[in-house]
Amino acid sequence: MIKRILTLVFLLSALFSSAQETVSSPEMADTFRSDGKIYIVITVIGMIFVALVIFLILLERKVSKLEKQINSK
Amino acid sequence: MKNWYKILSVIFILYTLVWGLLNPVPRLDILNETIRNVYYHVPIWFAMLFMMTVSLIQSILALTKNNLDNDTKAFNAALVGFFFSLPGLTTGSIWAKYTWGTWWTFQDPKLNGVAISILIYLAYFILRYSVDDEMKRARISAVYNVFAFVMMNVFIMVLPRLTDSLHPGNGGNPAFSQYDMDNNMRMVFYPAVLGWIFFSFWLYNIKNRISFIKNKLND
Repeated sequence: MIKRILTLVFLLSALFSSAQETVSSPEMADTFRSDGKIYIVITVIGMIFVALVIFLILLERKVSKLEKQINSK
Repeated sequence: MKNWYKILSVIFILYTLVWGLLNPVPRLDILNETIRNVYYHVPIWFAMLFMMTVSLIQSILALTKNNLDNDTKAFNAALVGFFFSLPGLTTGSIWAKYTWGTWWTFQDPKLNGVAISILIYLAYFILRYSVDDEMKRARISAVYNVFAFVMMNVFIMVLPRLTDSLHPGNGGNPAFSQYDMDNNMRMVFYPAVLGWIFFSFWLYNIKNRISFIKNKLND
């Protein structure tokens, strides 16, 4: 009986140890997102884009003004 | 509300800038995190194709209606499309350097096709500047533009699919299959495509209005 329990324990331990082995997977930037302040970079990228859009909107308003001037002539 | 597409383009692009860097992507060898370039590099090319399609439609309208306004619009659309091809090329080159190992390869039919297409459209711009008479210019360049659009599609949509290409979705396979992209990526990719298409249309709109102001001042 004890022998059987022992074999079962060893079998199970072998099973768990194999489950803990990590499967080697392609390298990704895992820690980059968890603690690397990536949100700040994303905010910066977003701000640059917003700045460009604001510039474009102002440019378009100037074009609208010119259109009005020309059409009123 | 005539500005709806401008607002949508800004919302979509901002969303892809933020969520495109944060969302989970498939873990693949060689590509690694650069798979996210799909959200930025590919939509730029879609915007270029969209603008060239607009240019084609305006050219056909210019031919059928004999209208100079359509000719101006066709020219502006081709200019905006050409403008989008430049970041498309440079981003693709950078991506290729770190995944395929080279800035440019003549082995890939899509790269060759894009290079030829850009030359074809450069010829379109040169052709326009070489004809002085406005009506003549409108007709000749419209006919050439139809030809240019067909050639571009042969070079970057048809030929790469007939042979092997390093680009996914070529060599006989349809693009954007389950092997290239999962549903998480689609959630960012499709808004990115729409966002950049709307954005290109916005630039095209401003370009047209400036052209018409110029035309009125010249009259």
